[in-house]
Amino acid sequence: MNWKTTEYAGWGRALKAAGELARPERQGTLRQLSAEAAAPAIGMRRSYGDAALNDGGRAIDMTRLDRLLSFDPETGFLEVEAGARIGEIAEAFAPQGWLPAVMPGTGFATVGGCIAQDVHGKNHHHVGSFGQHVTALSLLQQGREVRVKPGTPLFRATVGGLGQTGIITRATLQLIACKGDVMMVTERRAENWDEHIALLDASEASYTVGWIDATATGRHLGRGIVEEGETGAGLVRKRLKFRKVPFDAPNFALSSPIVRAFNAAYYRRVPARGRTLVKPIGDFFFPLDKIHDWNRLYGKRGFHQFQCVVPLAAASELRAMLDEIAGSGLASPLAVLKRMGPGRAGHLSFPMEGYTLAVDFPNRQGARALIRHLERLTADAAGRLYFAKDSLARGEDIRAMYPELSDWQAEVAKADPDAALETDLVRRLNLRTAQ
Amino acid sequence: MNTTWIILGATSSMARAFARKLAAQGAGVLLAGRDMKELEALAADCRLRGARLSEALSFDARKPQGNAALSPGRGREGGELTPAVAVGWRPKKPAIDPPPLLFGGVVPASFTAPADFLQRLAPLLEARGGGTVVGVGSVAGDRGRLGNYVYGAAKAGFATYLSGLRNRLTRAGGHVVTVKPGFVDTAMTWGLPGLFLVASPEAVADDILSAVRKRRNTIYTPFFWRYIMLIIRSIPEPIFKKMKI
Repeated sequence: MNWKTTEYAGWGRALKAAGELARPERQGTLRQLSAEAAAPAIGMRRSYGDAALNDGGRAIDMTRLDRLLSFDPETGFLEVEAGARIGEIAEAFAPQGWLPAVMPGTGFATVGGCIAQDVHGKNHHHVGSFGQHVTALSLLQQGREVRVKPGTPLFRATVGGLGQTGIITRATLQLIACKGDVMMVTERRAENWDEHIALLDASEASYTVGWIDATATGRHLGRGIVEEGETGAGLVRKRLKFRKVPFDAPNFALSSPIVRAFNAAYYRRVPARGRTLVKPIGDFFFPLDKIHDWNRLYGKRGFHQFQCVVPLAAASELRAMLDEIAGSGLASPLAVLKRMGPGRAGHLSFPMEGYTLAVDFPNRQGARALIRHLERLTADAAGRLYFAKDSLARGEDIRAMYPELSDWQAEVAKADPDAALETDLVRRLNLRTAQ
Repeated sequence: MNTTWIILGATSSMARAFARKLAAQGAGVLLAGRDMKELEALAADCRLRGARLSEALSFDARKPQGNAALSPGRGREGGELTPAVAVGWRPKKPAIDPPPLLFGGVVPASFTAPADFLQRLAPLLEARGGGTVVGVGSVAGDRGRLGNYVYGAAKAGFATYLSGLRNRLTRAGGHVVTVKPGFVDTAMTWGLPGLFLVASPEAVADDILSAVRKRRNTIYTPFFWRYIMLIIRSIPEPIFKKMKI
C-alpha cells in the first residue's frame, strides 16, 4: 500500500488537490518510488497556495524522512534528510550554541521546502536567503541520486526551484553560532508608515521584523510594532503544551470590526515607550506555531496571503498598496513589513533589496479581486511575488518579475524532461514554458 | 537519565518516535532491527537529538537463533539497560488466507522472537532487581476477527507472555508495561481503508513514556481504545462470529 488516495490542501486551504500520496519512511522506499514513476515531493505543506499540490497526479510526502544525519562541531555543517523540520533543528542545536542561519516564520517548514522556496528569515538583511547557507544537497532524479554543489547551474535551478529539478533527499546546512536558546526582544511602536520604515531602516539588530496593523487608516496608516531580537543565554520556561484549533471557525471570526479591535489592542499591548522581553527562541521565530492548525481560524473557505517585495526606491508605491488594503477593510491581523537585503541563491528566489509586505485575507470574492489588483501594482513597482504564498497570480504577471526564468527553464528541461515533477503552481503560472 | 534502552524493531514508525523522545531526554538507545542502513541513520539522528549513547544493532525477529550479537549483556556499559520491544509484522492487505507462508512470518515476528529475547533477558533483570520492560501488543490481540486474526493471535500470545513476565519481574522489583495501540499513522497503515481516529506515532510515544513513569500495567493508546475494545470483547460469540468488523 504505497499510495493513498486523498484530498489535500495548501496552508491557506483555499486551493485543494485530490490525488495519490506516498509517504516513504526509508531512503530505500523513496528510491524505489522514484524509479517506478517520478512524482513531485511535498513536505509539511506550509506554502499557502498550490506549490505543494499536484491535482489528479501523485506526490511524495517527505515528512517521515526527517533524520539529522551528521554534525561537525568544528565547522557547524549539519547534514539532514529533506523532511527535517527547521524548528526541530533549532530545538536540538540552540542549546549547543548553533542555529540554522535562516529560519522562516514557521518551524514546521521542512529543509526541502525551505530550499525549494529559498525562504528568508527575520535576518535576511544580514545573512541573505536559506539557499546561501546550503553547502551541498542531494537530488533524486529518475531513481539516481545526484550530489549538487553551490556554484553549479543545477544548484541555482534547484534552490528556489519549486522541486522541479528532482526530489531533494538530503542537504548540508551551514549553521551559525548563537549565544543560547533564548531571545532578547525589543518591541517598539511605530505610529505611522514613515516611522515604521525609518525604524526598519535604522535597525542594527540581528533579527528585525515589523508587525503592521493593516486596518489602520489615515494618519495611523502603517502603524505597527517593530521587533528586534538577539539570541542570548539564560533560562526561560519552555512551552510544554501547544494549543490546537479543533474546528473551522465561523466566517465572522475575522470580520472587519473584530480584526480592527484586535489590532488596536495588539498595538497597545506594547507600551508607548517600548519594552524589552526575554522569550524562548521558538516564540520569537515561530510565533504562530504554538497554535497548531491556526489556518482553521479562517473557516472552511480558507485564506490567501499576499506577499510582495518592492525595491527600496518604491517604498511610496508600497505605501499606496497598504492604503488600498487598509481602505478595503478585508485584511486579517496577520500582516508583516520587513526590509530585505539583496541575498538570493537561485534563479527563482524571491528576495530583492527592498521592502516586503505580507498580508493575509480571508478567501472572499472581494479579497481575491483586491489581491489581483495588488499583484498588478507590484508589477508596476518593479516588485516581485512570492511563490510560497501566491495562489492567484497568472503566468503573464510573473515573466517580468523573474528575469532569470529562462535560465531556470533550460536547467529544468534537462533535469526533468518528462515534466513528471510539475505541480499545480508550475502549471497555473506556466512556469516551465512561459516566454 | 542513566538508562539505556534497547529497542527491538527500531525502524518501525512508533519505535522511531519513541527512540527520539528518549534521545531528547538524554537516555542511551540501542536500536535493533534488520535494515542496518536505516538503523545507522536513526542512530545518528538520536545522537544529534541528545542521546547519551546511540548504536545500531542487527536483529532479525524471524531468525531468533541468528541474533547472538544481541546478547543480554550488551550495552551494560551504558548504564541501566531497559528493553522495549516494538517488533511485529502484519502482511499488507488480507493476504492472510494463503496461510503457511505468512503464518510462518507473522508469529515469530510478533510473538515468539520478541518473547524469546525477553526470556533470555529476564534473569538479568531479576538479578538487577529493577528496570522496566515495554512490550508493544495490539488491540488486534484482544479478539480474533476475520481481517487479521493471525496477527491478532500472535499479539495476544505476546500480551499473555508479557503479563506472565510482569508477574515474575514484579517479585524482583521490576516492571512490565503492555502497550496496546489502536490505529497509528505508520508506514504499515498508510493508505489502508476504513481507519478512524488515527493517532500519530509521537502521541503514542508520549503515552508510552508516561506509562513507564507511572508504572502502569496495560495501556491502550490513545486511551479510548480501552473502551472500544471493552465493547468489542463483550459482544457474545454467537453474534460476533457473524459480524464483519
